[in-house]
Amino acid sequence: MALKASELSVGDTYSECLVEDLKRTQIVQYAGASGDYNPLHTDEIFTTKVAGYPTVFAHGMLTMGMTGRMLTNYVGDGRLTKYGVRFTNQVWPGDTLNSTATVESVEDGIVKLKVETTNQDGTVVLSGYAEARVD
Amino acid sequence: MAVDKFPVEASHIMMFARSVGDANPIYYDAEYAKTTEPGTVIAPPTFAQSSAQFDPDYFLRPKIGEPWFGSGKEPTGIKRESSGGGGGGGGGGGLHAEQHFEYHRHLKPGDVLTATTRPGETWEKESKRAGKLIFSESITEYRDQNGELVITARGVGVRTERPVDSK
Repeated sequence: MALKASELSVGDTYSECLVEDLKRTQIVQYAGASGDYNPLHTDEIFTTKVAGYPTVFAHGMLTMGMTGRMLTNYVGDGRLTKYGVRFTNQVWPGDTLNSTATVESVEDGIVKLKVETTNQDGTVVLSGYAEARVD
Repeated sequence: MAVDKFPVEASHIMMFARSVGDANPIYYDAEYAKTTEPGTVIAPPTFAQSSAQFDPDYFLRPKIGEPWFGSGKEPTGIKRESSGGGGGGGGGGGLHAEQHFEYHRHLKPGDVLTATTRPGETWEKESKRAGKLIFSESITEYRDQNGELVITARGVGVRTERPVDSK
C-alpha cells in the first residue's frame, strides 16, 4: 500500500489524530520503552518543585514517535528514507494532537513531505519534514 | 553516547510501538509481517532512540547504587549547587530541540547494532520564553552486524536559562 507517484500532487495532505487527552501513563510507557527516564516526564514532584514546570510533560520523542505513525500509515511500511523534526512547544498531559503531512514535491521516486503536529489550541508542537520512496 | 551492542529484539519493538500508540501489526505479528512489503517485522521510525537502553552510561536512567535526581523522600535525590538558573531544563541535561533520522534501511529483529556519537555544532540564542538558550548538536551513526551504516541520526539539545514559559 505504498503511494504511487502518479497519484500524488503537490499540496496533497494526509492527517491523523495522534492522541486524544494524552495520559501520564502513556508518557510512563514511553519512558520505559525508550529508556529515557528523565523525571521531567514522569515525576510530578521533581518537575514542579525542582524544575519549575507546571506539571510533567511528554518526551519530544514521544510526539515524534506518534507523528511517525501518521507518516508510516500514509507512506507505507519501510518506505521512509528521512524524517526530521523540531520540537516547537511542549506537549502536556491532557493534550489532543493532530498531525498533517503535506506533499511538497514528487521527484525521482521520492515524495518530500512537510510535517506538522498541533495541539487542541492549534499551537504547533512539532514541525518537520519526511521523505519516502514511492512507486 | 557509545553503544557497543544494541540487539534489536521483537518484544522491545512491540513495547516501543505500543508506547507511541501504534497498533500496526508489522511491529508485533511475524506472520502478518511476512505478507507486507518489508516481509518481516521492522522497527518504527524513531525506535533507534531506544539505544539509550544499551548505553551503559546513559545519564537519564537510574543506576544501582548511584544517586538519582528524581524525587523520593525529597523532591530531588541530589543536592545541587545553586546554579541560579531556576532549574532551567530541569537539571536533566536540558531539553530536546530537534531530531533527524536518515534511514539507509529499516531495523528488524535480529539486528545487532553499534552506535557511535560525535559532537556537532554548538550555538546560542536569546529567547523570550526561556532566556539564553545553548544548543548543541550530536551525530550518531548506527551500524549493523555487518558494519553497514543503517541509520544516521542527528540530535540537537538545548539548555535553557530558566524553565520554558508555556504561555
